Amino acid sequence: MAVQVQQKRTALTGNYAVAEAVKLADVDVIAAYPITPQTTIVEKLAEYVADGIIDAEYIPVESEHSAISACLGASLAGARTFTATASQGLALMHEILFITSVLRAPVVMAIANRSLSAPLSIWNDHSDSMAERDTGWIQIWAANAQEVFDSVLQAYRIAEDRDVLLPVMVNLDGYILSHTVEPVLVPEKKLVEEYLPPKPLWNRLSVKTAYTLGVVGPPEYYFEMKYQAIDAIERSRSKIKEADEVYGEMFGRSYGVMEHHFMDDAEVALIAMGSVAETAYTAIKRWRERGAKVGFVRIRVFRPFPAEELRDLLKGLKVIGILDRATSPGSLGGPAFAEVSTIFVNERQRPLVKNYIAGLGGRDVPFSGFDYMIQRLLEAAEKEEVDVLCEYVGLRE
Amino acid sequence: MMLEIRWHGRGGQGAVTAAELLAKAAIAEGLWAQAFPAFGPERRGAPVLAFTRISNNPIKMRVQVYEPDIVVVLDPSLIGVVNIGEGLKQGGVAIVNSAKDPAEFRRIFPSASKIFSVDATKIALEELKVPIVNTAMLGAATKAIDAIPLERVEEAVRERFGSRIGERNVRAVRRAHREARLWESG
Repeated sequence: MAVQVQQKRTALTGNYAVAEAVKLADVDVIAAYPITPQTTIVEKLAEYVADGIIDAEYIPVESEHSAISACLGASLAGARTFTATASQGLALMHEILFITSVLRAPVVMAIANRSLSAPLSIWNDHSDSMAERDTGWIQIWAANAQEVFDSVLQAYRIAEDRDVLLPVMVNLDGYILSHTVEPVLVPEKKLVEEYLPPKPLWNRLSVKTAYTLGVVGPPEYYFEMKYQAIDAIERSRSKIKEADEVYGEMFGRSYGVMEHHFMDDAEVALIAMGSVAETAYTAIKRWRERGAKVGFVRIRVFRPFPAEELRDLLKGLKVIGILDRATSPGSLGGPAFAEVSTIFVNERQRPLVKNYIAGLGGRDVPFSGFDYMIQRLLEAAEKEEVDVLCEYVGLRE
Repeated sequence: MMLEIRWHGRGGQGAVTAAELLAKAAIAEGLWAQAFPAFGPERRGAPVLAFTRISNNPIKMRVQVYEPDIVVVLDPSLIGVVNIGEGLKQGGVAIVNSAKDPAEFRRIFPSASKIFSVDATKIALEELKVPIVNTAMLGAATKAIDAIPLERVEEAVRERFGSRIGERNVRAVRRAHREARLWESG
């Protein structure tokens, strides 16, 4: 894409990339409670507000439950809001997340993904956001700091679209992205203003437009109100694509709801999410150079789940491997595995599926781990059989 | 080109900052870079690790550094405490903060083809009046990285520390770059 815009090549951590995007998005209210590895996002934003660089209310609340509640209230009053958290903090927000989506508050939240206790761990995996996948939020999973930055801006455009009006969660891997300095192109604010919906938002509360929110939904109404939020996330599909395409036209970068490479003649493919997908890509590229017919897929938007796009892409394959950095104890495999498996449920001809669980609690997923995963996919393709459905890769015996 | 650099220091010496400043200098030079700490809580005085990756292409990997091309040791008291030579590539480079002759470190870095030593503590005490050696070691480390001109490193240091303290640190960078002594194999 040949886009000629002024963008500054800056060295930023993933967390500071979030803060820069939030600054450019000109938010009105930030409410947050610090938690590792999210802390430097809200530290930087607090500094920006204190220095008058962002003209916003910064509410230093006493818990994550209050952080999301404050954002919900402010959002319903017409403010552009932001919060960020991780791990236990996201878990503490749990009940309010459902309320945010059905009350149709376009809150944007960054999650510096971290595992959940016990044992206590401040390190990365995807357990925190995966546990919130049924709360009605749109979920974007970034693979690098540039995509983190771009996704936060896209999130505001998606969330505030009148046909969507849903909260959006932007996920960045704790430490691996949150604390790694790398190059990020940062555009001028003027262009960002052009890209984002105008403020004030449509629902700005006033005496003339007074209405009641958060009412009781008796059995006569609850189902319909809930369904409206379900319908909204379905309708968000085209808006997510549009937000990404327009972003590409304006800034030269777009990502799609998923990313894929080496798929034209692939017989097997490995699907990953988040930053670990970058390692997966390089591992697969090396196997390709040796002639293995292996493809690469990264799911970027997990909610709404891109089932149709994935079905079209994967239907001719022999075996699909899905890498999860989260578990669903007592089920057949991890959450991404379960989701991908259902897309073929009514197909007569379908690929075999295999699940890998790796990288829990910050365990590194090295190239040797990917070599093992790819090797096992090729073996399954050869034998036309999956011997072990779910394998734990990198687990000590 | 892909260079992987491992920084050894103790909490408070600024190893993470040095790793970041080198990445910033690389990015300012138009290269691609990653800088990251050994993930986890920070404790003053405890051995810490930080990493920098530099490439002329986008870096598509998110793994720890297992076999660095360059090892930088900010604190010589770490020798014998942590295995500072671990994984150093055959033909790699080691840079040690020490007043000793670089050849004395050959046994610690058997795979190194070049070893630099520089008395960064003395430089830091004279230039900064505090024993914070990260910028001096950054200057010495730049000797081993042809792709990054010293000026980019100086700019990154100035940007980080502001004009007054920045200038002192730039002096530390330059002195260490100039005073580092080289041992080369064969």
